[in-house]
Amino acid sequence: MVGIVGFSRDGVGYVVVVALAVCLVCSVLVASAATFLKPMQTVNAKADRRSNILEVAGLPSGPDVDVNQVFKDRIEARVVDLSTGDYATDMESAEFDQRRAASDPDTSIKIPRSQDIADIKQRSKYAEVYLVNDEQGNLKTIVLPIHGYGLWSTMYGFLALKPDANTVEGIKYYEQGETPGLGAEVENPRWRAKWDGKKVYDGNGDVELSVIKGSVGKGTPNAEYKVDGLSGATLTSRGVSNTIHYWLGENGFEPFLDKIRSGKLSAEG
Amino acid sequence: MAQSQAMKVLTEPLVNNNPIALQILGICSALAVTNQVATALLMSVALTAVTACSNFSISLIRNHIPSSIRIIVQMTIIASLVIVVDQLLKAFAYDLAKSMSVFVGLIITNCIVMGRAEAFAMKEPPGLAFLDGIGNGLGYSLILLLVATIRELFGSGSLLGYQILPLASAGGWYVPLGIMLLPPSAFFIIGFLIWGLRSWKPEQNEEADYQIHQVHRTEVV
Repeated sequence: MVGIVGFSRDGVGYVVVVALAVCLVCSVLVASAATFLKPMQTVNAKADRRSNILEVAGLPSGPDVDVNQVFKDRIEARVVDLSTGDYATDMESAEFDQRRAASDPDTSIKIPRSQDIADIKQRSKYAEVYLVNDEQGNLKTIVLPIHGYGLWSTMYGFLALKPDANTVEGIKYYEQGETPGLGAEVENPRWRAKWDGKKVYDGNGDVELSVIKGSVGKGTPNAEYKVDGLSGATLTSRGVSNTIHYWLGENGFEPFLDKIRSGKLSAEG
Repeated sequence: MAQSQAMKVLTEPLVNNNPIALQILGICSALAVTNQVATALLMSVALTAVTACSNFSISLIRNHIPSSIRIIVQMTIIASLVIVVDQLLKAFAYDLAKSMSVFVGLIITNCIVMGRAEAFAMKEPPGLAFLDGIGNGLGYSLILLLVATIRELFGSGSLLGYQILPLASAGGWYVPLGIMLLPPSAFFIIGFLIWGLRSWKPEQNEEADYQIHQVHRTEVV
């Protein structure tokens, strides 16, 4: 039997030609869909990120809310230099993309193994934080971006703190690839509600907040520093703990939070 | 193409040859995305579009596909179409696409798509194959939407997000059935649907593969 190109239909040459042709057509199709739709997807992803920030800060979010408008009215985004804890005045917040910065050698640092408890290997020198002010212009909530490795994936989320820079207001993961029904329960509102009011630092200024195995009961010592583990997801829970310890520790936001607490930054904010 | 044949190809998979109820294909996603009508609807549209387009394109080149690599060629075409659908969803229905997470990507492995490509599109002309894809997609959608309606109504007291039964937790009288929110409930519902369908149309009952043979004691020894 003879095919389109004149080769025998089951000959090796014919098979290779057909396979290449199919791959070529398919790859052009996929590549052009990805390229043409990219701008719209970026807009969506940005709005989604913003809506997560609003949600973790306890501001109105969801489908009926104009996320971009609320974000503009209520939230002030500032880029922080993590090593000093000061605002990075030379960085434009609108242009800043923390994930891109983390892969650029100029704006990132390699994390030494001994310090890399969140297992992220490399991080941006800068981070974008979101400050929410109340009607009187006083600082109400600080939203910090955090990320760290769980069981299967890097989990990206936000942690919201009250102005004392010690009490948790909320936590929200917006991107993770953990096991549905087990580790993916980090997105479960009921589990997230357990974080409300927990304390981060103990009397010595060390990060004490952890996700424990099992649940926090009346008899649990230091219950204000402890959150129930996710059942069936010990490694994801440990990943969340490690993420908190890294990002709120001395290599993360601690210098910044110290300055907030001592009032050295809030006037500027 | 005869009018009647086209109609038959389009409508047969709805009840008489339903991909889920009779062919028992595509059960995985029918369990996973049916706890809300909105996600089930989106999944139905996505799967119907993929099945129709893959059937069409495979049928178009069916005479040129060497039989030794035909499954890989089908797979490549299906996978490309699913990626395009996934990209479209991320651009136009971001929140829903997020709630369906991996299941859009898993359309690639949905047996309905592959099954129709192999069983129908490899033999029939593109027009008919396209209709067959639409028909099977609709058959799948019918079951998916039925299951999702039952699950959302009894599991969350709402339909398409609108509260129908006032929930006890919000001051109403309805206490939701927790199991309806979990995938196993879809198993039961699909089971009951198949039972109902086969009582209505007994010709759908499968012949037993083998006869249970009465073994007498003497024969064994």
